[in-house]
Amino acid sequence: MENILQEIGIDNYIYLSALLFCVGAFGVLYRRNAIVMFMSIEIMLNAVNLLLVAFSTYHQDAAGQVFVFFSMAVAAAEVAVGLAILVAVYRNISNIDIDNLKKLKG
Amino acid sequence: MITTLFYILSAFTLATAFLTIFSKNPIHSAIYLVLCFFSIAGHYLMFNAQFLAIVHIIVYSGAIMILMLFTIMLMNLNKEDEKNKTLWSRLAAVISFCLVALVLLAAFIKAQQTGYTYEVSGEDYQSIKVLGQVLLNDYMVPFEFASVLLLVSMIGAVLLSKKEHINN
Repeated sequence: MENILQEIGIDNYIYLSALLFCVGAFGVLYRRNAIVMFMSIEIMLNAVNLLLVAFSTYHQDAAGQVFVFFSMAVAAAEVAVGLAILVAVYRNISNIDIDNLKKLKG
Repeated sequence: MITTLFYILSAFTLATAFLTIFSKNPIHSAIYLVLCFFSIAGHYLMFNAQFLAIVHIIVYSGAIMILMLFTIMLMNLNKEDEKNKTLWSRLAAVISFCLVALVLLAAFIKAQQTGYTYEVSGEDYQSIKVLGQVLLNDYMVPFEFASVLLLVSMIGAVLLSKKEHINN
């Protein structure tokens, strides 16, 4: 397993990450349920993390993997605060359909 | 062998990501997302980044998915009563997905790499020992700031989801 990039090539990982990122963006556009939109954001973050690890292996540098740790910490913080906001929204309008969040529109 | 494994894992990752989006029931979405995260941990294992794979499973499949499932059950969302978006906005989402994927893939397929060729040097760069040294020597300050960030987000989450008593 040492020379996986010689077997597969960095470009296949680039294509996989690009597709995964597009799937996440599609989920944000397609769904109305705010929790599923959160999950799509997680998919996008994971696509970027996967590419960071791939390039960390490609350059044989540990800095890319350390950056993935920080990205995971930020993702965990983001999910905690985001779900707290969703709970607060659910208390007020008793669903989390984002098309109902139009109060700022006036 | 490795190539076949890569294609199977990639197909599994993309399929579960799509199923996450297309499942009507949010609980099913969460389950498919767990499978997607496990397959991404499999990709990390194929890179020989064992520590990262373990941390990924603990953080994503453990912490984040439990948080999401708790929220789904708290809001009693485990039913399929979500109305779809209008046909036009769904069509626009599909078209923009296809366009973004087309542009990104076309750009990356046409790109030529120059200057750097990958060769295995045999040097140890991703064992836990090396990662710990890099994390606590070169990235000491960001590491401490990450702890501050986690503390602040914990306090923020508790404050935000607490019941408010402003009216009286």
